[in-house]
Amino acid sequence: MLPIVDHPKAARDFVTDESRSQWHDDALWFVRTKRDRQAGSVPEWEYLRERASAIKTETIANLADYLEQFEANATARGVVVHWAADAKEHNEIVLDILRRHDTQRIIKSKSMLTEECGLNHFLEENDIDVVDTDLGERIVQLRGETPSHIVLPAIHIKKEEVGDTFHTHLGTDAGASDPQYLTEAARGHLRGKFLAGEVGITGVNFGVAETGGVVVCTNEGNADLGVSLPRVHIACMGIEKLIPRLDDLAVFTRLLARSATGQPITSYTSHFHGPRDENSELHIILVDNGRTTLRQSDTFRASMHCIRCGACMNTCPVYRRSGGHSYRATVPGPIGSVLSPSKDARSHKSLPYACSLCGSCSDVCPVKIPLHHQLLAWRSELVGKGLLPWSKRVSMKAASTLFRHPTLFALAGRMGRTSLRVLPRFATHNRLNTWTKARELPTPPKQSFRDWYAANRDRPDDKRRGDQ
Amino acid sequence: MIAPENKLGRGEPAATTRSRQSIMDRLRSREIPSPDLGPIDESRLTVFDDPLSAFLESLKFVGGEAHLVDHPGRVGEILNSIEAFGNAERICSQFPEGVQGNVDAGAVADPHDLSTLDWMIAGGEFLVAENGSIWIEGATLPHRVLLFIAQYLAIVVSREQIVSNMHQAYARIGQPKSPFGIFVSGPSKTADIEQSLVLGAHGCRKLQVFLLP
Amino acid sequence: MSVALFVPCYVDQFYPDVAIASLELLEKLGIDVVYPGGQTCCGQPMANTGCNDDTAPVARRFVDIFADYDAVVCPSGSCTAMVRHHYGSYFDDDDVAFRHVREKTYELCEYLHDVVGIGDGIADQAGASIDVQFPHRVSVHQSCHGLRELGLGSQSETMSESPDKVLSLLKLVGGIQIMPLQRVDECCGFGGTFAVNEADVSAAMGRDRVGDHLQSGSEVIVSADMSCLMHLQGITRRQKSPVHVMHVAQVLAGRNVPVTSN
Repeated sequence: MLPIVDHPKAARDFVTDESRSQWHDDALWFVRTKRDRQAGSVPEWEYLRERASAIKTETIANLADYLEQFEANATARGVVVHWAADAKEHNEIVLDILRRHDTQRIIKSKSMLTEECGLNHFLEENDIDVVDTDLGERIVQLRGETPSHIVLPAIHIKKEEVGDTFHTHLGTDAGASDPQYLTEAARGHLRGKFLAGEVGITGVNFGVAETGGVVVCTNEGNADLGVSLPRVHIACMGIEKLIPRLDDLAVFTRLLARSATGQPITSYTSHFHGPRDENSELHIILVDNGRTTLRQSDTFRASMHCIRCGACMNTCPVYRRSGGHSYRATVPGPIGSVLSPSKDARSHKSLPYACSLCGSCSDVCPVKIPLHHQLLAWRSELVGKGLLPWSKRVSMKAASTLFRHPTLFALAGRMGRTSLRVLPRFATHNRLNTWTKARELPTPPKQSFRDWYAANRDRPDDKRRGDQ
Repeated sequence: MIAPENKLGRGEPAATTRSRQSIMDRLRSREIPSPDLGPIDESRLTVFDDPLSAFLESLKFVGGEAHLVDHPGRVGEILNSIEAFGNAERICSQFPEGVQGNVDAGAVADPHDLSTLDWMIAGGEFLVAENGSIWIEGATLPHRVLLFIAQYLAIVVSREQIVSNMHQAYARIGQPKSPFGIFVSGPSKTADIEQSLVLGAHGCRKLQVFLLP
Repeated sequence: MSVALFVPCYVDQFYPDVAIASLELLEKLGIDVVYPGGQTCCGQPMANTGCNDDTAPVARRFVDIFADYDAVVCPSGSCTAMVRHHYGSYFDDDDVAFRHVREKTYELCEYLHDVVGIGDGIADQAGASIDVQFPHRVSVHQSCHGLRELGLGSQSETMSESPDKVLSLLKLVGGIQIMPLQRVDECCGFGGTFAVNEADVSAAMGRDRVGDHLQSGSEVIVSADMSCLMHLQGITRRQKSPVHVMHVAQVLAGRNVPVTSN
């Protein structure tokens, strides 16, 4: 059983470290503003979002047919298509391919799906050398950490810290922190790895049913270097990444990079249709791992639209201040807080509550997932599953009772205001009262509005419905 | 159920066939209605009156360098004026009418042997104005790695071959003609270290785009 | 046209002047407004916690109380959004009373802008206007519910324009100076029980908002949602910051600064 993630507790160190939290918040807000600028430069932006959402809805509704079409077209081009019901099977399929080629060293570009399946760890346990080539992923890999953001894996790490890591592992100068210098060092270090890699593993941004092809988008060119040298390319794809036609790619390639990093498109948008040549292999592993279950839910099905752009994380005021690791989930932030409970509600029950319901995430989502509504819906689900702490259930029941009896409500209010006026400060503003840790309580008025109205405006015919 | 043999002459392992079945069963167990998608409304899509200007602006934004040239010879002249080109030892050119290379990539059997390539001059099919990208057909490259392994990349395209947006781009590409096709937009880059943009992550450090008539 | 005033539970008990100002404002505009005394709460605190069973009776009671009125006006974006967008699961689709209440519940600024036609509203009612002076530097906090659920203005994320109803009303006030913020619609961090559940993040968000308002040179933070202001004021008072908070209704009703906000 997975441990229960207590988000507030997990976030505390990060958010109370004001300088780091604000630095992280500023960095991600900057990415959000770049996104805004790009979105603003496309007059039909909102129409593209509508269209993308509609395409995804249609694809997911007819996913079986599209997957069949994809498999047939890919196979016709010489691709080997594998099906993995879950993470374990995915990993075993990868290992099997590697073993058949006597592989010892693989090079990987960023794939959140492989993170989800724990592939790196699994392969390393099986004595395969795994090198993550996305710079951010390589940084976290060398530090023994997990990525904290699905697009910007090392966003939580300062350049001085990267410098220290590279000094230890790459032999860069002690104390050096210039990003240009460090990136150059990584370039050289990873070149060697690219050349020595025996099999290249990538994720998939989009799979195209009509052609049986897969599309990989990067800025660094690492995915392409990684699969253009070795003879074997393994592409790992969540089944929800499928879109019907090549033409549909237009909508998604216009939305993805603009939403993710505020660029009009990534430096490289590579389309793979079949293996490189007759001596090469292209394997595509189609992975379920809970997606078909998610699809059964009318409420949460739309979360399968996700194209893993990370825009929701960049805009989320909670994510920006608490950092991705506070979610203790492969995919953090708003979308992660919707997806993770569907895998394990008990373990991730605090995540839908790590949200002020501001709705900014839903507004930036390029595929119009109503994220904040889904987070709210998760709260009802969790209560239904009996996962809300008993103390909260009791207080909500009490509140409900109070709100059904206006006289009782008025009395409780009066008592509350009176005690606040009468009690000494230490009784009201203390560690037990979470509100007062950072805030003053409101000054209690002598008279409530209903008291005032009764004294100043009351008309005989007002005493209508609901009074007791 | 025995699956048909795949291209490699091996039958699919029974496990993944079973998984395929279980996945398909679960997908088909629930009929999910979805409204008819219909075609995209082309009247909503932005088209540029002057796509070339838009392309030049986009290319600059993504960190590429554009050169409008009126004859092939100019390509070589401009390249020779670039220090990194002048100092280059190994150059592969797919545009011999403009600039000569000294590496015949077609004669190289193993792409790993291209690791010391300094410059690659490739040919592009067409330009996309909205994002400064260039479509390159894999079939035109003896090794696709040429685009990424060279320290510096130059792409030669006719400026007449241009579309406004990705919708027009994919309509033009039509069905895939080769196992590999790519939109290249600017040099390789990363901002993974504290959001500082660094050009030249793993791929080319700089991108020159030569726009012939 | 009978208009009922719906007063959020915490406004009734802790910020009565916001309700008084709302009432006076509507009365001054010639609107026949009453306060049905049986009301308590819209049910949002329970709904936001996921306790739908506890919310249902409260929601039904709400519709019962307000069904007889032509319109329901509420000086709170979040409470209004609750009724308009989140009551659906407690009622049958063909429940006439529910559909009426859902359609006819308005946030205060929305009502003044859209129905009464003040500001740059469409309908124009002769003689209806705001005629007060408030010669101060003011910064506007856009509440998330008001903005994103009710569309009280343009959201910074979406590339579509909508009239800013709160601002259009404030601009009618004499002498007022609206100060620009760096982040025009970032959440204040109250979020109901979020403020207590995720206390550290909530406080950090609130402090950042306050900082933004302070750097703008504002004297008064104005909002259409008192819950946001309650949270922000809790912080400004703790920090002893020199900025006040006032509800839009209080400014439009001609209150002065400083206001003992309760």
